[in-house]
Amino acid sequence: MNLLEMKNVKKSFGELEVLKDISLTVSDGEIVSIIGPSGSGKSTLLRCATLLERMDAGSLLYDGTVVCENDDTGKAVYADKKTLRAVKSVYGLVFQQFNLFPHWTVLQNVTDALVHVKKTPKKDAEDRGLQLLEKMGLRDRASAYPYQLSGGQQQRVAIARALALNPRVLFFDEPTSALDPELTQEVLKVIKSLKELHIAMVIVTHEMAFAKDISDQVIFMADGVIVEQGTAKEVFNSENARMKAFLGRYQGIL
Amino acid sequence: MSLANICIQLLEGLGVSVNIFIITLLFSLPLGLFVSFGRMSKNKVLSTITKVYISIMRGTPLMLQLFVVYYGPYYLFHMKLNPTYRNSAVYIGFIINYAAYFAEIYRSGIQSMPVGQYEAAEVLGYTRSQCFRRIILPQVIKRILPSVTNEVITLVKDTSLAFSISVMEMFTKAKALASSQTSMVPLIVAGIFYYVFNFVVAIVMDKLEKSMDYYR
Repeated sequence: MNLLEMKNVKKSFGELEVLKDISLTVSDGEIVSIIGPSGSGKSTLLRCATLLERMDAGSLLYDGTVVCENDDTGKAVYADKKTLRAVKSVYGLVFQQFNLFPHWTVLQNVTDALVHVKKTPKKDAEDRGLQLLEKMGLRDRASAYPYQLSGGQQQRVAIARALALNPRVLFFDEPTSALDPELTQEVLKVIKSLKELHIAMVIVTHEMAFAKDISDQVIFMADGVIVEQGTAKEVFNSENARMKAFLGRYQGIL
Repeated sequence: MSLANICIQLLEGLGVSVNIFIITLLFSLPLGLFVSFGRMSKNKVLSTITKVYISIMRGTPLMLQLFVVYYGPYYLFHMKLNPTYRNSAVYIGFIINYAAYFAEIYRSGIQSMPVGQYEAAEVLGYTRSQCFRRIILPQVIKRILPSVTNEVITLVKDTSLAFSISVMEMFTKAKALASSQTSMVPLIVAGIFYYVFNFVVAIVMDKLEKSMDYYR
């Protein structure tokens, strides 16, 4: 069974059709990169998958649980609140702008949801939080506040915060787009290291070399549709004109 | 009358002023939060009602509002006025007036919060009320504290408006003493007391602001 299944997803903002019939599947432990020009709908797709945005039509399933599917008129109908709440524990999301909680220490950022959403005893949550910070190389910054950290460190805290809840799939929405090249490498290295956790990852990114290197599946989107989809090798060597135009000077380097 | 005597009389009045000040804050700060929820509500009826309420409270003099609250029950419903109602009328008038101002301050703070904070909380599984209590409100309080300080300092001076319905607070006393003694001294002493009162308020608010300086 697929961990994530999105079928015929459509989403418009007013007149603007952002997603036109998108379908994709992600299996347990699979690493999927979504690439494509800005405005192609990549982020909207991620936001639909994480319920930050409601799709107009199509279906969304996590591990077989129906989150939404079309009714007879072809409009997406969402499951009841309880199901939606339950399904949230399946995934986590790392934002482009980190979105850490500035009034909490690094450690509390990582542990608070464990304590107050998952009702984990505080002591256990802190042990787990420190363990994750250790993994992120931030054990010594546990009592710092987000504003005291570099962008790369903040993003690593955000990753630890998402991992704390034990998601089975972790979404990344352009995780390095707010960072300079040096900090970008630092964060990409951390994301690569998550491979050993065997959780699925869906990464929207403009880092082509990274996408090619890490992905089991690459999806190239443009203008709200999937243009190419397949293994990294297949997609990056595609003869599709749109794909070639997008890769431009990257082609050959990759 | 000696200066000491004047001071003692005015200090009695100051007690009443402080009382109005504390009770107003105690009730209008939380009430204002709920009014701001009403103002931001998606329910058109509720948001319109609160909008009109805030507009009236901000658009008419507080002194007039005190009159309406105090004399309204008599003129509108021919209720017999109990003299003790005088104090309650002051509390009610001040609380509903200040709640309107605080509501707008809360609203400005809540609406200035980046949407990413709500989205991060939602993805992590916080309920809406958890998100508000744990993540949004603490940050809003830090943001609005300077505006709240402004209002609180105005409130100290506004307590003198209770004079208009003859509540024996400090200004009422000062005015009575000034007439009976044909002297400016009671008014000057009252002025000094108001200033010291606000000086203390400013120090407390400054401490409060500094206590939230640990993050940005």
